[in-house]
Formats: sequence, structure tokens, C-alpha cells
Amino acid sequence: MPCVSSDGKPTTSGMALLKSLKDGALSPKDISSKTGQPLFRIRSGLRELKNAGYVEETDSKYRLSENGKTLAK
Amino acid sequence: MAEEPQIEEVGLPVLGQKAPDFEAVTTQGTLRLSDFEGNWLVLFSHPADFTPVCTTEFIAFSKIYEELKKRNTELLGLSVDSVSSHIAWIRNVEKKMRVKIPFPIIADLNKEVAKKYGMIHPEQSKIETVRCVFVIDPESKIRAMIYYPLTTGRNMKEILRLIDALQTTDKHKVATPANWKPGDPVVVPPPATAEQAEERLKEGYKCKDWYLCMKKL
Repeated sequence: MPCVSSDGKPTTSGMALLKSLKDGALSPKDISSKTGQPLFRIRSGLRELKNAGYVEETDSKYRLSENGKTLAK
Repeated sequence: MAEEPQIEEVGLPVLGQKAPDFEAVTTQGTLRLSDFEGNWLVLFSHPADFTPVCTTEFIAFSKIYEELKKRNTELLGLSVDSVSSHIAWIRNVEKKMRVKIPFPIIADLNKEVAKKYGMIHPEQSKIETVRCVFVIDPESKIRAMIYYPLTTGRNMKEILRLIDALQTTDKHKVATPANWKPGDPVVVPPPATAEQAEERLKEGYKCKDWYLCMKKL
């Protein structure tokens, strides 16, 4: 599902994805296992959230950016 | 007289080749083929939303969705309709037929993906995709293709059987005979040398002759 709406804010799916990263960096597979969401949806959602500046990627793992942390509180 | 739409000639994909990559708008957001890596994928096209045979197929695909998940397999539909049309159609199917469509559908308005996969066959229709099925493995290789005409709905049991057969072949390095289904004997790969052919009959398989030997898994 789209994770960022046209106004640049995370959608309900986007917020769920951000909250799954509250405890630290995870790979798309880890998030898929944790949330039960299909891997393709996680990858697509993380790409959108990364482009919008809510998450950062290092070595194929994703963590919340400062903006993402504020929202995921 | 109105000009007929021009369709660019494209070759069909080839079994074993890397499936053409794409990024496409779908009913579940923008997806790339690479988003499915690690899963098997059934990419299928249908001619148009709000048409009778396609509606029966979408209901049937939805009914095998859980079976596909058990096989680590995702579904991805495609037609040259808009995402709004797709959304309106699946909402209608849910409301009238009480079936939720759980998989994403590509809105391929510019036919970019359809052209890459040879989904438009002008003798069938110059503007719609025919009923294609591409089985793509976790490494994004095309492992099987089925092309059906506009008039003929696909057989879901055959799609499940095909995935079972491909996954069995990969796991056990065997082939599967005609009408094979899980639990049936499989075909032992034929010997490559005269020496192996001689030995084959002594290896304990059920053989009709040296080139046709079966075993239970």
C-alpha cells in the first residue's frame, strides 16, 4: 500500500512501517516477519519512506531518520 | 476513416531469461519487479476491467491466493486500464461477488510492461493484453509462460500444479511426467552416457527402459 500520501505525510500503512522500526534498524525481511506483511510491500513502502526522508538505509538495513523518530513516538 | 492504433512489434520473453524489470503503478502503490525477489511470482495479464471472463478469473485467482502463499508465491495482475478503473472494479467485485482481491494490479496505461512481456497480440486485440501467465522464480528468472486467448479463462489448478512441478524440480533435481501432481512418481533425469544407461537399470528405479525411469520422492 502507498506509504506516503501526496502531501508528503506517511499514510496509515506508512506509520505502521515506521513504528516497526522503533526498536532499531531492520532488514526488509525482518520487518516482513515482524509485521506479517508481504516482502514486496515492505520493500516498496521503505523506498517511499526513504525518498520522503523518514527512514535511512545502511547496508540493506533501515532505521528511522530524525523526522521518522518524531512521528513514530 | 480513423487510423488503427499502431502497436510496436516486440519479441516474446524466453524461458530461463531474467524477467524484464519494471517500475509500475499498482493498486498497492508503486512496485518494481525486484520487490518480489526471494519469492516466486505469478505475473498475469487480463484484457480489461469490468469484463465477464476477467471477473471470473479474478475471483478464481483470489481463491487460490492462500494456496499460492503456502508456496512462497505472490500474485501480480496487469491490464492497460487506469488505477482508478482497477480500484472501482475490485470494489465492485467485493461488493457484488463478496470476494476481496488481495493482490496488486498494475495499471499499465502506457503499455510499458505489456510490451516488455509480449502481452499484446494484435491478431487478438490491438488495445488489450491477452491472458498471459508468467511464473518467475525467486532469482527473477522466467520459468514458465502460458498464453490464452481473450475468450478462454485460465485454469487455476494448472497454475498451482505448474508451480508445484517447478518447485519439485528445483528441490529434487527431477522432471515431472504428464499430468503429474504432488505425491505422484517423478522422472529420473535420463542417463548421459552408454555406461550410465547400462547402470540405470540396476539402480533400483521403476524403469520401462533405460531412458524412462521413475521414482517416488
